[in-house]
Amino acid sequence: MRDGFRLSPTLLAVLLAAGLFFLGGIIRPGFVNPSQAINIVRLAAFLGIIAAGQTLVIISGGEGIDLSIGAVVTLAAILTYRINAGQNEMVLPALAAALAAGAAVGFVNGIGVAALRVPPLVMTLGMAGVVQGLILSYTQGNMVGSTAPIMSQYISRPLVLGIPGVVFIWLILALLMWLLLERSRYGKHLFAIGVNRTTARLSGVHVPLMVILTYTLSGLLAAFGGFILLGFTGVVFLNLGGPYLFPSVAAVVVGGTAISGGKGSYSGTMAGALVLTLITSLLTAMQMEDAFRQIILGVTLLVLISLYGRQRGLRQ
Amino acid sequence: MRNRLQLKYLPLRFPSLFPLILLLVAVTVNAILQPNLLELRVMNGNLRSFLPLMLVAVGQTLVIIGAGIDLSIGAIVSLVTAVLVTNLLPDSPPLVIIGVVALACAAGMAAGALNGFGVAVLRLPPIVTTYATGFIFSGLALWILPRPGGSMPEQLARLYRRVTPLNIPLGIWIALILILLWALFRHTRYGSYLIATGGKPEAAYATAVPVNAVRFGSYVAAGLFAALGALVLTLGTGSGDPRIGVGITTTGGMTLDSIVAVVLGGTRLSGGQGGVAGSILGVIILGLIRNIISFADVPSWNQTLVDATIIIVALAAPGLIGWIRDRRRRALPPKEMVQEVAG
Repeated sequence: MRDGFRLSPTLLAVLLAAGLFFLGGIIRPGFVNPSQAINIVRLAAFLGIIAAGQTLVIISGGEGIDLSIGAVVTLAAILTYRINAGQNEMVLPALAAALAAGAAVGFVNGIGVAALRVPPLVMTLGMAGVVQGLILSYTQGNMVGSTAPIMSQYISRPLVLGIPGVVFIWLILALLMWLLLERSRYGKHLFAIGVNRTTARLSGVHVPLMVILTYTLSGLLAAFGGFILLGFTGVVFLNLGGPYLFPSVAAVVVGGTAISGGKGSYSGTMAGALVLTLITSLLTAMQMEDAFRQIILGVTLLVLISLYGRQRGLRQ
Repeated sequence: MRNRLQLKYLPLRFPSLFPLILLLVAVTVNAILQPNLLELRVMNGNLRSFLPLMLVAVGQTLVIIGAGIDLSIGAIVSLVTAVLVTNLLPDSPPLVIIGVVALACAAGMAAGALNGFGVAVLRLPPIVTTYATGFIFSGLALWILPRPGGSMPEQLARLYRRVTPLNIPLGIWIALILILLWALFRHTRYGSYLIATGGKPEAAYATAVPVNAVRFGSYVAAGLFAALGALVLTLGTGSGDPRIGVGITTTGGMTLDSIVAVVLGGTRLSGGQGGVAGSILGVIILGLIRNIISFADVPSWNQTLVDATIIIVALAAPGLIGWIRDRRRRALPPKEMVQEVAG
């Protein structure tokens, strides 16, 4: 950049989150307290885990975006709910089934995008419809099953020092994502195909394989998010994951990952998830009408994007 | 060699070729299941129900050809619907109707202008910009019309439902007019500007195309078409629903349908190519697929799955054909190539 000095998007988003939190305290006394802070981090953790795969897909470039995430979250939660049927010993098989289903959906997305050249937006959107259709014909509207006690115990209830387990799961995932993006060959290749697919191919990166792998990972991570989300909600419904779809894109973009690909980080997405969760919690705490809540959310998103989502001008 | 080249460029020269084939298949299957499909009354009703999405998809096409995308277009439909039904009465006089329709079009264009401002002036990525503005528009729609209701002028609505000039369904007339307008527009300077902007903005800028103005204009036009779509939608239903354009999720419903229709119609999301005729065919194909599913007695729990699977296959089919051809070519290097290397 010309100016030389520029805040890193992650830092900016974290500062923004802190600012919003204290703004909440001014607007609504009692908003600022440790239990509220923990609650917000807990809510942000679900969005953050669900948005992990979205981060990878968006970094991979080529108009990459995964709109099937919401449906995969729901599918994973419903599978887990039905398979574990309230038994603690069935949690791991249920998790395995959910992850396999999510990875399979992601794999089909990857094949469609990489081999059949369908634009990611419509491919993943179409798959979202297929997954929603699968859910409907599989359940026939009956949500049979229940959540194992161990899941809510380790996910949403306080585990250590009043901090719920999901926050620790999020931190472990963050460490893994950092290793994946910054310290692995996969990460190096991912940024390479995100910047320029042709140069990546000429430098020996197997681009189609990377794309398929990335969408598969995205499906897998979304399914993991669905599993975790079930530990929080305890019940499943048909539109469980839907409300997380576009916030997952927004969290990635607010976190400074370029929508054109090749640039970004998972720490940014985590900060983005915090900011988005804070905004929605604030708007809920202010007990605003749905209409105004949507308007304010839209305006805030626009402002956030214009802080650092701007593309280069044609003159430059 | 010549022959193969021509085959390869066929979809580029005639982008509506593949959707035309799809349309033929869909009409045939539909006519078998529903023998009275081609009767004037049934055709008029069917095409009329496709008409709102047709207009919205035309707007979406313009934005996509300019290498943008409008995820707020369904929310604009909701907003304009709310404006229309809260200002009109079943017995509004013609002057009032004209005034309100003008106001509604202005609202749609203002919404489009906000999108254009974000994308062209602030240079924000179109996907996230229009996603954010979509919230603003659907919030405004809910504010103006908190719950479904309102009314439309009865006479106008009746006229709209019944009229079939020259015994040809209204939907066909409007589709033909839209295609004609696009054909005329394409060959004006502004048509070339739009295609150049979508194809390679840097090159367009370097050759003195007002890239930002063109982008801005494409979003305003999309807003106008969304408003027209809302008008025919409310004329068809007779009342308004503040969530009608967006479905369950904020960008579901007409937004996503319009994008799928555009892609089915052979316009590429990367911009710089495509046309309105394909998108109109795409809308009709989407509508016929849903028609077929409801006439084929698919159990209701499986309808979404069948619908989505057909759409995915239709979207992937051109790529699948290309992939198979590539494979065959790679397995057997063409004679010409061997000769070239040898020579």
